[in-house]
Amino acid sequence: MARNIRDADLKKIIGQLLRYGVLSASAIVLTGGVVYLVRHGGQYPQYHSFRGEPDKMRQPVLMWEAMLRGEGRPLIQVGLLVLIATPIARIVFSIFGYLLEKDYLYAVITSIVLLVIVWNF
Amino acid sequence: MTVLVFTAIVFVGALVAGLLGSLTGLGGGVVIIPLLTLVFKVDIHYAIGASLVSVIATSSGAAAAYVKEGITNIRLGMFLEVATTVGAIVGAWLATWLSTSLIAILFGVVLIVSAVLSFVRLADPVFTGKPGSLSERLRLNSSLPTPEGEQPYFVKNVIGGFLMMNIAGIISGLLGIGSGALKVIAMDDVMRVPFKVSTTTSNFMIGVTAAASVGIYLKRGYIDPGLSMPVVLGVLVGAFAGSRILTTARTTRLKTLFALVILVLAAEMIYNGFAHNI
Repeated sequence: MARNIRDADLKKIIGQLLRYGVLSASAIVLTGGVVYLVRHGGQYPQYHSFRGEPDKMRQPVLMWEAMLRGEGRPLIQVGLLVLIATPIARIVFSIFGYLLEKDYLYAVITSIVLLVIVWNF
Repeated sequence: MTVLVFTAIVFVGALVAGLLGSLTGLGGGVVIIPLLTLVFKVDIHYAIGASLVSVIATSSGAAAAYVKEGITNIRLGMFLEVATTVGAIVGAWLATWLSTSLIAILFGVVLIVSAVLSFVRLADPVFTGKPGSLSERLRLNSSLPTPEGEQPYFVKNVIGGFLMMNIAGIISGLLGIGSGALKVIAMDDVMRVPFKVSTTTSNFMIGVTAAASVGIYLKRGYIDPGLSMPVVLGVLVGAFAGSRILTTARTTRLKTLFALVILVLAAEMIYNGFAHNI
């Protein structure tokens, strides 16, 4: 029974984590979007051929620096990073949750998932 | 078409895609990629990048609501994520090797298979039968809250479901979609999990699966902020509305309609792939 109560708590917190993660990410993306549209709204988009994004749209450190200069598109990318971090944070949180429950099997399973994801970033 | 107009139209398209994808469990990505590539002539790499990010938003946004309701089988999701994340990385790696035309053809084929398979689904699994020893040991068996109280169910064929999830992960990483249809089939028809559980648990896993491959896409420069912004925001608003409706509405007819739209889009993708237009 005690495990059921903790399971319910864990579910509630995971739900909150996902909600606030997505909300803050979309707020950042929206802000960046407004800045981008104000600055570049009258231009013409070029997506017909693939050129690949410049470094400041690909590397978090450069993204951050460009964002601080007031550029909209890097700010959108930072918001997208927050979005990507949301399910990853859910996993990190779950590992702690399972450890607290002394459910070591699932702590290990969840850690494997985390390693697979982080290994590729 | 200026950036402002383009952004507004893509936002509306993504909103509809997110709503339908969430209601039918087929995911928004299956419409967004054809919309961007066929209608707006966006390069498929950018389209896949934007769709993949939106998949994370859809999944996380709707999962936040489902998890609280207690339908999602979190242990089952966590366990199967091992299969989907490894698959997603293989898929993202494949995406950089294959030509865009071949990716478009594969996309069309996967769309058709998903749409057709979603109609040949077996009856909702019964709650009887013996649990497998592996599902016992992994504690995957759970219960579904119903108006008549908690209804216990057993998870069967764990290894078969795991392998199927691996394939779903590869497809997700390669094509930038959640491959929710395949995940639902793996749980429904292979593991014999009740429909509501497989739908919400599949959705729960999609974000993590996409997060595994999105790093590779970001590093390669496939994720464009100007394109991803209206896609992500539109899909989020649509999926949020969808998650509000799912528990009350019957969606059979809507699903038929959506599947027909998907079939047309799939045929277009395959044709344009063979014609090397994509």
